[in-house]
Amino acid sequence: MTDISARKTLTRSGYNWRVVDIVVAALIAVAGGVIFWAWSQGANLISAPVNAIYPPLTGLYAGGWLIPAVLGMLIIRKPGAALFCETVAATGELIMGSQYGTTVLISGVLQGLGAELVFAAILYKKFNLPVSLLAGAGAGLFGALNDSFLPWGWNIAYAAGDKLAYILFMAISGAIIAGALSWLATRGLARTGVLSAFASRRAATEPVFS
Amino acid sequence: MTSNGVRPAAVTARGWGWRHAGRPRPAVQGLDLDIGPGERVLLLGPSGAGKSTLLHALAGVLGDSSAGAAAAGSPTSPADSGDADETGSLLIDGAPPRAQRGRAGLVQQDPETQVVLSRLGDDVAFGAENLSVPPAEIWRRVHEALDDVGLAGLPLDHPTAALSGGQKQRLALAGILAMRPGLLLLDEPTANLDPAGVLEVRDAVGRCLDKTGATLVVVEHRVAVWKDLVDRIVVLQPGSAAGSGVLIDGPPDRVLAQARDMLIAAGVWVPGHVPPARARAGTGAPDGAGLAAGPAAGPAAGQLLLAAENLAVSRERPRRAGPRGGFRSIPPRPVQSGITAQVRAGEALTITGPNGSGKSTFALTLAGLLRPVSGAVSATLELSAGAGIDPYKWKADQLIARIGTVFQEPEHQFVTGRVLDELMFGPRHLGRGEERVDELLERLRLAELVDANPYTLSGGEKRRLSVATVLAAHPQVLVLDEPTFGQDANTWAELASLLSGLLDAGTAVVSVTHDEEFTAVLGGTQLSLAAPGAGAPHRELPGVAAP
Amino acid sequence: MREALSLGGNHALLTRANPLAKFTAVVLITLVLALSIDWVSASVALACELLLFPLAGLGPTLLWRRGWPLILAAALGGWSTAILAPDTGSILLDAGIWSISAGSLQLGLGFMLRGLAIALPAVLLMSCTDPTDLADALAQNAKLPHRFVLGTLAAMRLVGLMAEEWQTIGMARRARGVGSHGNPYQRVRATLGQGFGLLVQAIRRASRLAVTMEARGFGGAQRTWARPSTFSGLDLWVLLGGLGIAAAAVAAALAAGTWNLVFLTRQ
Repeated sequence: MTDISARKTLTRSGYNWRVVDIVVAALIAVAGGVIFWAWSQGANLISAPVNAIYPPLTGLYAGGWLIPAVLGMLIIRKPGAALFCETVAATGELIMGSQYGTTVLISGVLQGLGAELVFAAILYKKFNLPVSLLAGAGAGLFGALNDSFLPWGWNIAYAAGDKLAYILFMAISGAIIAGALSWLATRGLARTGVLSAFASRRAATEPVFS
Repeated sequence: MTSNGVRPAAVTARGWGWRHAGRPRPAVQGLDLDIGPGERVLLLGPSGAGKSTLLHALAGVLGDSSAGAAAAGSPTSPADSGDADETGSLLIDGAPPRAQRGRAGLVQQDPETQVVLSRLGDDVAFGAENLSVPPAEIWRRVHEALDDVGLAGLPLDHPTAALSGGQKQRLALAGILAMRPGLLLLDEPTANLDPAGVLEVRDAVGRCLDKTGATLVVVEHRVAVWKDLVDRIVVLQPGSAAGSGVLIDGPPDRVLAQARDMLIAAGVWVPGHVPPARARAGTGAPDGAGLAAGPAAGPAAGQLLLAAENLAVSRERPRRAGPRGGFRSIPPRPVQSGITAQVRAGEALTITGPNGSGKSTFALTLAGLLRPVSGAVSATLELSAGAGIDPYKWKADQLIARIGTVFQEPEHQFVTGRVLDELMFGPRHLGRGEERVDELLERLRLAELVDANPYTLSGGEKRRLSVATVLAAHPQVLVLDEPTFGQDANTWAELASLLSGLLDAGTAVVSVTHDEEFTAVLGGTQLSLAAPGAGAPHRELPGVAAP
Repeated sequence: MREALSLGGNHALLTRANPLAKFTAVVLITLVLALSIDWVSASVALACELLLFPLAGLGPTLLWRRGWPLILAAALGGWSTAILAPDTGSILLDAGIWSISAGSLQLGLGFMLRGLAIALPAVLLMSCTDPTDLADALAQNAKLPHRFVLGTLAAMRLVGLMAEEWQTIGMARRARGVGSHGNPYQRVRATLGQGFGLLVQAIRRASRLAVTMEARGFGGAQRTWARPSTFSGLDLWVLLGGLGIAAAAVAAALAAGTWNLVFLTRQ
């Protein structure tokens, strides 16, 4: 029998995904989908007339779809988390029946990529408020570019000015709804103790800006 | 080795300890324990003794699972005080648990998360697939395991979502048996089940052990359930660096005789001992039940407050009809119908019945939280006090001052990030009753915890807090959904005493419960709902502890 | 929501096809339709798709229940395009920011039909595909990393539970005095609080589920598959069918002279 008398410190590896990372990330995406679905039930009453009056305004509302990308990364803190969560969320939407058909998967991948690139640019070292806002805006930007310029985009036939308005609205929405809310939610979740398995368990005491 | 290839495992702990990541103190410290192959051990101890931590460690699921990462070239961070720590050794058959996938199988408390896949057969196969068992052999094991746990009657593509809690736990057991483990680890597997579910799981475990001869380690508050199945009881204590983590160890009868008082004090459900709870007073004056005495004098005992008339209930909302029906909405199919019941001041109403009979749904409808499918819930003038007859139509703050509902899962009701704010929430909304909060804090032993985040409390503390928050709004009717589920004997006794006091002071208490001892303390009327499709519910007067 | 996650006794022909083959066929149709906004290619594809629904075991009632939100959304999308696309041809309506011309109206109509023709095959795909079989195909045939595929599958199983829990949390919070009615600000706040409650439960459940899976040996590099995901002759027909619908749509539009590549829309 080997007696391990020496104190063994288990290191949390930076880049490998554990089973708990995968399952929690996927369920965050699923729960995010449920929340947004429930929310849009009531919000349809507002969004449908807005859409009929000036369609690009719906970009202001689109940030809700981007929450999994930012929230997933803020909690899991592993490379690929934003991309993975947003793709899972899009898959969930496909299963429930999406108005975008299978192109919803492309949207999900691109939106996730928009957030992922922001975190990658700072080498996954910071998860503070400014980075969260930027990541949300990045997801919004990529999502809006997909909607406006790729063949399957729903805004492909808009005039240039309307496309620009939509892109701007969606980036703002991404920053505020997906960025700021996810950052706040992560701090709240850290206080409840449910993040004990993740590096984000310290999120509530981390500095806001640095 | 037995006929079907199971080799019972031996467990050895030497000075073993574990500190969870981000925690200042170890969950287990200095544990010395030997469990021989084929032994059946019941693990007891107060909460915080590290029972679950030990089971998780034996299952090989504690802490970091990507141990190979350092080799993959990622930088090893300098000793971070936040990371998990292991001391000493914990071995199965002389090797670390993590290195032996499938050697031990674990069943946890929450049935919903013991199921992995959507179809019955696939779920049983999952573990064997992960151990790279050849497919033909997997299906042979799936059939055998389903047979062993008594689920062989269901088709392999039966949806796992349609199983009852007890069936889900037996399914989890089957999934483990298909891995041929030498060690079965059960972490309060029956705490979330109704009495029938408890027995079906316990009996399935017994059959499987008799057949395979595997070693068993089970953690459970309710000793009576497992006493006859195990041949050894180990009582753990919160460990220290100096002493061993094991307090008492021996055959069940001896341990229960020696440590009876200590176990009772620790909140363990010891066989033959019903925790003493305050008895209902006669018709005399309420004693020490000041909590319910509100600003205004409550209604006289026996006064009708709330009535359900020919009620049909469902959790589902009306949905849109098909193409011919267009956008017309069609009502959902009720889970239970024809319910008639009265709620009276100072009287208890207990709702019982098998799984799926709509007990909770009825209680939530009665509490003004769900819209009746048909029939009506009506509040009398004594209760409504100007808010209207239909509780479902009351505004949220009108509701909480009249009918308080305590949900089965306390966390569902937390609305703030601090225990004190949680208690003040109702009174602040209503603009009255803040002075009662201190009394509730004392009475429910929460005073030390005022600044804690509610989600970080222990199970018993969460239960006490959720009851206190609802009482803070001072409702005349209290509705509780399975309030004693999974609670230790101490919390149980506190709850039973509190509610008995409230009843004597004139509050009406409606509870959904399977707990006969609890029902016996509260007394009153029992409403027993029939299984789905079994006709109209019947009612017993004043049915206490019906057999 | 639970019904979306199982086939519920559907034994139609297309349920037996390999999910990857069905997915490839649907993506093929989708990408070809995406190249052009014109009513002819969209209508031809739409008609073919509707003919296929019986093969997927989807009756008119279920089709309507899944389909009407898509029709609504597509109509709204068509309207947006009609009012915002650059005007060509005679102006039919001009009201400040809104303007509809003969050209933009045709574009809007084409867009609406295209939207439906892209959305419907996805509904068809999911109504005859069990998520477990899809995951098997993605991991075994498409060679996606099995830990991620199966981890996601296990989490997806809890979507129905999450939806129920959302409702329960809503009631539990009402019982604490949090109203989900009131002005928009209060509603947003109530939804955020309810969402936070759901996230806590989601993470707790997911953590326990991860322990369950790991305790059953999940997470290693190797595993066997009790349900081998295989291809059959039917899958060839599925692929040919997808190719056929795509080709028919393009051919019809070219013949009618309406083929209109998206990148060249603004003449």
